[in-house]
Amino acid sequence: MAELSKKDRMKIPRQDMPVQEPDARVRNFTEVALGFSKEMAQLEAQRCLQCKDASCMEGCPVEVPIPDFVGAVRDGDMAKAVQIMKSKNNLPAICGRVCPQEVQCESRCILGKKGEAVAIGRIERFVGDYELANKTYAVKKGAPTGKKVAVVGTGPAGLTCAVDMGIYGHDVTMFESLHTPGGVLVYGIPEFRLPKAVIGAEIENAANALGIKINSSHIVGRTLFIDELLSEYDAVFLGTGAGLPMFSPIPGINLNGVMSANEFLTRVNLMKGYLFPEFDTPVWVGKKVAVIGAGNVAMDSARCAARLQSLGMGNGGPGSEVHIVYRRSSEEVPARREEVHHAQEEGVIFDFLTNPIEILGDGKGGISAMRCIKMELGEPDQSGRRRPVPIEGSEFDMEVDQVVFALGTNPNPIVFVNAEGLERKRQGTVVANQETGRTTLKGVWAGGDVVTGAATVISAMGAGKRAAADMNEYLKGKTAW
Amino acid sequence: MHENGERIPLTIADYDRKAGTLTMIFQEVGKSTLEMATMKVGDEFKTIVGPLGHPTEVENFGTIICVGGGVGIAPVYPIARELKEAGNHVISIIGARTKDLLLWEDKMRAVSDELIVTTDDGSYGRKDLVTVPLKEILETRKVAKIWAIGPAIMMKFVSATTEPFKVPTIVSLNTIMIDGTGMCGGCRVLMEDGAKFVCVDGPEFDAHKVDWNNLLSRMTFYRDQEQAATARWKESHKCNLDRAVAEGVK
Ligand SMILES: Cc1cc2nc3c(=O)[nH]c(=O)nc-3n(C[C@H](O)[C@H](O)[C@H](O)COP(=O)(O)OP(=O)(O)OC[C@H]3O[C@@H](n4cnc5c(N)ncnc54)[C@H](O)[C@@H]3O)c2cc1C
Ligand code: FES
Repeated sequence: MAELSKKDRMKIPRQDMPVQEPDARVRNFTEVALGFSKEMAQLEAQRCLQCKDASCMEGCPVEVPIPDFVGAVRDGDMAKAVQIMKSKNNLPAICGRVCPQEVQCESRCILGKKGEAVAIGRIERFVGDYELANKTYAVKKGAPTGKKVAVVGTGPAGLTCAVDMGIYGHDVTMFESLHTPGGVLVYGIPEFRLPKAVIGAEIENAANALGIKINSSHIVGRTLFIDELLSEYDAVFLGTGAGLPMFSPIPGINLNGVMSANEFLTRVNLMKGYLFPEFDTPVWVGKKVAVIGAGNVAMDSARCAARLQSLGMGNGGPGSEVHIVYRRSSEEVPARREEVHHAQEEGVIFDFLTNPIEILGDGKGGISAMRCIKMELGEPDQSGRRRPVPIEGSEFDMEVDQVVFALGTNPNPIVFVNAEGLERKRQGTVVANQETGRTTLKGVWAGGDVVTGAATVISAMGAGKRAAADMNEYLKGKTAW
Repeated sequence: MHENGERIPLTIADYDRKAGTLTMIFQEVGKSTLEMATMKVGDEFKTIVGPLGHPTEVENFGTIICVGGGVGIAPVYPIARELKEAGNHVISIIGARTKDLLLWEDKMRAVSDELIVTTDDGSYGRKDLVTVPLKEILETRKVAKIWAIGPAIMMKFVSATTEPFKVPTIVSLNTIMIDGTGMCGGCRVLMEDGAKFVCVDGPEFDAHKVDWNNLLSRMTFYRDQEQAATARWKESHKCNLDRAVAEGVK
């Protein structure tokens, strides 16, 4: 492409992502964002000013050399872009789709100061998809070291650690409690946001190239134990995530129709309940659904519910509604901006500054309504956000027949049986060194949501990568425990 | 069972470490169990995972009662066997709707000091619900502990029967489950002290602390879909004979 002047480049508008139209997409589970064409990716890449001290990179938890890969895309050298990307990030097709770029790399982009940031995430996705289609890059297994490594959990943290350990030449075996690897990427994040085929392809490519063994349906802490792993393997990585759902401590949470987002999303995504009865797992949706919380998990639940309603499942059909019920204001919404926007387009209603206090029964085991109280924002709390406080006397009943709790999750303690010496914090998260991932139990590293509590895909990947680097040093005898 | 299958919880009825086998007993009640019944020796499940939950605590308690109802007789069997081995005086009460549905009578007899058999319709043994002989025993003898496994409604009534006698009663719950790892909470049961996850905290619970009505109601949540799936499966798997007969009539 001809070299453009800086001024001309500044005139190019940020390229919009082609999407499925809202009224069509609420009736299917296929991907909403369709991806850039090569031309769009190149045009968007032209906008990058190729800063010397690129501040976007500081916003990336795994330090992808952003200007370099964007430059390669601009020049049309996609294979080079893939190579640059993969030097730091093994899963660009996934990260390009789910990373909260607006608070990471893109938030630091100089262009964003006056206008709109370069759409780094969309270009990243283009590079990832290009690689999946064209397979230009092959990871290579390092010379065998004779060391055996066990990786528990196949989410982004475990996968990243396993791949890097494979590249270092170690013999890697993964253990996963569910029947399919991928962690939250397969059981939580819906098909319309992250197609299962993308994850499957990424995992298969890496596992085949590096000879990684994946043992599904192995629950560490039940069917085998950490101490057993330690006697069989030279190092153990725990990337078991934060899978334990939280419910509000309010009356009525055991009524039919009240469920955790994990249950709802697992039925829909992992078990493909939206294809019932082709697939055997049933899923039910209400006529008026309240999703409690406003993170990515809440948006995914709400958007799945809207789709099931449009497909006429459960009590769905014409006149159905989905509400996001959030005790803080629109300012504090933690979900990715794009997801909030898509949810709104799909008709999801947002009830801010509203908190449930009781779920009322219909006398037949189901739900008739949810009693809520209005909130106002008070003084900032520990998180720096203004604390929501109830407005006295503002209680009201919201007529609903389904309530989905998406309030966040803690680590599932099941894995910690027979792991004496492995310290945890009050919330159940594992104590681990931030730089190295080392836990308080010799030979065990940990990273991702199991250490931080529910966070992001990319931070889990970063932790997996740092732990792998330290494990490798340790296994090669370069550092002591 | 296969790529399109669902995950269902089954209780282990017996195992043989040497042979490397597990025995599970299931009744054909819905789509998945109907389909399982069509499997032949050598067929494979896509995946199984377990054992999950906590094992039964076995010691010498004295005189104990094991109550098994319907397919619940199978999982109560290894408990009775272990308790007997630990030196308990084991009284077993097993019941079924009708004679044909009664299983493992001989196996149960072999591990029990006393065995009482009931059927709802009187086609075999006593014509009673299991709770009737249970109450008779509790009225006359000192019992240290009771285990009951069977349909939820039976366990509810066993619980109600033993509660006035204040005999500790343990039930093994089999709620609706998906993952079996504590990740979804779909299996939760309301206990006196809050909700518990059956897959992780169970399967055994203190019967007198279970909110039985809530449990029974939660078990029915997906009934419409389950019935539709079962009907659909039966329709597409009508055996050739059925079809031939139906066509012949036409
Ligand atoms: C619905 C939803 C939407 C999200 N959306 C986004 C998003 O858009 N962007 C983003 O950046 N982040 C998002 N997140 C967060 C992100 O997915 C997580 O932070 C990330 O997946 C954490 O990775 P992990 O590898 O630590 O754990 P996980 O992905 O949770 O993987 C852990 C794995 O370990 C397995 N496991 C657990 N216990 C055991 C055991 N005892 N034995 C064996 N295996 C075990 C689990 O089954 C699981 O497969 C979302 C999360 C959810 C739930
Ligand atoms: S089955 Fe999901 S938590 Fe028990």
